[in-house]
Amino acid sequence: MKIMVAIKRVIDYAVKIRVKPDKSGVETNNVKMSMNPFCEIALEEALRIKESGLASEVIAVSMGPTQVVDTIRTGLAMGADRAIHVDYPGTLYPLSVAKILKALVEIEKPGLIFLGKQAIDDDCNQTGQMIAGLLKWPQGTFASKVVLDKEKQTAVVDREVDGGLETLCLDLPAVITADLRLNQPRYATLPNIMKAKSKVIKKLTPEDLKVEIKSDIEVVKVTEPPKRKAGVLVSSVDELIDKLKNEARVV
Amino acid sequence: MATSGILRAIRYHPISSRIAATYRSLSTLVLAEHEGGSIKASSISAVEAANSIGNENSVSLLLAGSGPSLKEAAEHAASCHPSISQVLVAESDNFTYPLAEPWAKLIHVVHQKGDYSHIIAASGSFGKNIVPRAAALLDISPVTDVTEISDSNIFVRPIYAGNALCTVRYTGSSPCMLTVRSTSFSVASTSADSNSKPASIDQVDLSNFSEDDAVGKSRYIKLSSQETERPDLGNARVVITGGRALKSAENFKMIEKLAEKLGAAVGATRAAVDAGYVPNDLQVGQTGKIVAPELYMAFGVSGAIQHIAGMRDAKVIVAVNKDADAPIFQVADYGLVGDLFEVIPELLEKLPDKK
Repeated sequence: MKIMVAIKRVIDYAVKIRVKPDKSGVETNNVKMSMNPFCEIALEEALRIKESGLASEVIAVSMGPTQVVDTIRTGLAMGADRAIHVDYPGTLYPLSVAKILKALVEIEKPGLIFLGKQAIDDDCNQTGQMIAGLLKWPQGTFASKVVLDKEKQTAVVDREVDGGLETLCLDLPAVITADLRLNQPRYATLPNIMKAKSKVIKKLTPEDLKVEIKSDIEVVKVTEPPKRKAGVLVSSVDELIDKLKNEARVV
Repeated sequence: MATSGILRAIRYHPISSRIAATYRSLSTLVLAEHEGGSIKASSISAVEAANSIGNENSVSLLLAGSGPSLKEAAEHAASCHPSISQVLVAESDNFTYPLAEPWAKLIHVVHQKGDYSHIIAASGSFGKNIVPRAAALLDISPVTDVTEISDSNIFVRPIYAGNALCTVRYTGSSPCMLTVRSTSFSVASTSADSNSKPASIDQVDLSNFSEDDAVGKSRYIKLSSQETERPDLGNARVVITGGRALKSAENFKMIEKLAEKLGAAVGATRAAVDAGYVPNDLQVGQTGKIVAPELYMAFGVSGAIQHIAGMRDAKVIVAVNKDADAPIFQVADYGLVGDLFEVIPELLEKLPDKK
């Protein structure tokens, strides 16, 4: 069984972002970019499944402009066997990403697709659910544990839901999106980074895959959130209780 | 209440005249979650959001499930918010548990009949799981976690962990599909107007339902949750949060004690959850729960971007931390630099009991 993992290049999670003065978006020039943290977790899980002998190959897939290749190399250095880069210079919304993934699934025929539960830039939390819907495959979103049963061709997934942890059993092939607690992703070692340079990255375009990119969402503007007014430092618990009682009136 | 009705009319009048030009009529389907025979508070917030899409919006609530609690929930739904005009009930063993595969198909079936202009759910784990799948079946881009509705097709949503607000216009075909942040659409407790007539309850025709090939490919096994008497984290008036500095699950009980005293819900940072002090469903932040209580007290929380994302809309933020340079102090209304192991016992002693 092959596993396909979708990875996204985003602004590094530790960077304090800046909104562009013309309100057209967030400044991405000269900003540190990294693999989306949830994608790292998804890739790690796929690699562990392969290492346990339940999968034969891990294919990393990413979409976007040329620079996305850096993120793909990181994925290859972590241990993905090969990669596909769908080259597209513009903005891709989750629905288009899901359609491209569907086209790739029809070529590669994986038994499992892993994605992160959300990208930390657009915070959409949609792509995995959409690809599952388009393929009519079952979905295990917000996964914190995945156990495959090769004989029964199922995956038992623990999901982080509002009220606690929900356990589902999915027939394969299936789509699983990773939550933070699924695993601790590995670091790529220097030898593996060197090895990754010789691994194959196949380049395709949406046209090659006969996917038409159209968008039904238009960004009107991007603004900074309202700033909170400056707070005060109190010197004692008594002063704090006094402020909460008499100034803020919340206790 | 009469006054809130007037306020609503004033607030939405200018919007409705603009809508008239673009849309013939508005009709919204709200996807609702129910538990123990009543509609969840977050789903009622989604109805409130539906209300702010425009005037003369007919709001239908879709419920699915099986057994007697569904009937009870439907009755609750019919009178839980004055703007609900119809309650649609889908009763089948497929819906005993809220699985995405049958739900997405159900939305498809119900939309084919009702031709809604909008489909809305609260952006909890239920809505986030189901709405995008249903949207893909309808070839539509949904809008996640909407915090403001400016027009029937213009929405504001936070991006980059709430460090930017993105205003988007939906330009696609109907329905426009949204998940909404329930803390941004809070419902006045008086909105269950006793004078208003309860909505009609109609069964959804499921005769040709099982045709979808994905239904049945996922099976529910169990839900493990810890029963607690404390208020629900998402809706609590006061939230007390502990971070890594608590050092152990044992010490975290201090936070729980303080929460009990204030009638508050308990929250946690990712570090506290990862360290095993508390279960994951207490995590507040970009990837956990989003809260906007009247009072948020953070103990031993440094204030990472990802945590601030989940609590920045609290009315009053209190931070107690040993490190005077902790970023949490930049958003706190009241900061106290000190050792939480001394501060919490003192607070426990000196704070008044909840009323």
